[in-house]
Amino acid sequence: MKQCLVVDDSTVIRKVARRILEDMGFEVVEAADGQQALDACLNKMPEAVLLDWNMPVMDGMEFLQKLRTLEAGAAPVVVFCTTENDMSHIVQAMNAGANEYIMKPFDKEIMEAKFQEVGLI
Amino acid sequence: MITSEYEFLRGFLKSRSGLVLSNEKQYLVESRLVPVARRHDLASLSELINSLRKPGTKQLQEDVVEAMTTNESFFFRDKTPFEHFKEEMLPKLLEKRAARKKIRIWCSAASTGQEPYSLAMILRENKIKTSSYQFDILGTDISKEVLDKARLGQYSQFEVQRGLPIQMLMKYFTQQGEIWQVSNDLRAMVQWKFLNLLENFSHLGEFDIVFCRNVLIYFDQPTKIDILNRLAKLIPADGYLVLGAAETVVGLTDQFEPVPHMRGLYRPKQSAGKQPEPQKMANSLKAEPISARPAVGKPHVPSFSSPATNTPATQNTMRTNSASAPDKPQKFDREKLNASLDSLRRLNAQSSNKG
Repeated sequence: MKQCLVVDDSTVIRKVARRILEDMGFEVVEAADGQQALDACLNKMPEAVLLDWNMPVMDGMEFLQKLRTLEAGAAPVVVFCTTENDMSHIVQAMNAGANEYIMKPFDKEIMEAKFQEVGLI
Repeated sequence: MITSEYEFLRGFLKSRSGLVLSNEKQYLVESRLVPVARRHDLASLSELINSLRKPGTKQLQEDVVEAMTTNESFFFRDKTPFEHFKEEMLPKLLEKRAARKKIRIWCSAASTGQEPYSLAMILRENKIKTSSYQFDILGTDISKEVLDKARLGQYSQFEVQRGLPIQMLMKYFTQQGEIWQVSNDLRAMVQWKFLNLLENFSHLGEFDIVFCRNVLIYFDQPTKIDILNRLAKLIPADGYLVLGAAETVVGLTDQFEPVPHMRGLYRPKQSAGKQPEPQKMANSLKAEPISARPAVGKPHVPSFSSPATNTPATQNTMRTNSASAPDKPQKFDREKLNASLDSLRRLNAQSSNKG
């Protein structure tokens, strides 16, 4: 079973995402900020990361940059999932090594479409 | 809504748009027509039906048809047809149209425009191979409202996230506040036209590819047959017809056959006596002295922008035939066409002699 790390400081978002991802057949691991996410990755590298941008301690962008420097850190497919919905943020995220980008609010169909896009399902 | 009202509405929609409303679609009627009633200051659906029965309610009639026939669409919907376009249709047609350098595509139920724009994006993504060709993409729909939206090329955040890869969004859209705007480059690649598939469409000319997805499912059997047979006349032997995943030609027409291993993709039946495009080209070139007269195009390829008066003789002949009996499936009459061409050639020779 593929593992997806859900990184978001909102428990509600994590819960919604978990339900959708589990329906899609993923094992879900949660992290509330970038640092927790990085620790989780060092413990076990997931196949996918659903990543919020604005979080306390370490934001999504810093996490992504650090992830991509890790050994085996190039492997996870990273899908940003954020309220930052302007082109400059999207470009910045893609340049930093994100694979897809979801603008909140999202639903099951968007999530499925995006995960399909990057070959995760 | 009482039964007699529902029956009236069913009849009305069937005759106006071909839409076949099954018995259990009452919920759909309510969700779609209540907003229409409100817009027209009608207190209930019963009042709306009563108004429909009266003459002189053209706007209301159009709005009802539009509301009932509009379907949700998204970019690269169902993916497979677009893969078929990229991997099968496009490479083959680039080869087969190497001389003419022109490929015509018709999205016959274009809705809010996502399908034609998706095709335009694929063409742009394959620019190196396609740049020396002229691509005509025509999007038609029975709803003027959705065509207006399609023409504008403006989509919500929600719409651009369903099926559209982020790289494509970055490349082909600009952000205007809450709206995502399709680039002018893509917009210039697509032409839009109001069209009811129940009516004659032979004047549109020939198409190398016709997308007719998720629209036949709304029609009854004879209407499906009629539309498929009329489509067959517009597609050359080496062209393609693309249907929706839940649709088929099987049991409806022998004019098309499935392309093996490509679900939803059909081609004119190879034994149906059709000629592939290059041979047709050669034939039509023989008629050059006549066809050279109109300002535009090859005889069988009218441009979208050319006025009807410029439509070449061959097309006029076909249109006249079709217009006389628009509801009946018609057979392409090559003999008649050749006879017309012969008489035109004679006329042309005579006028040349007069000098």
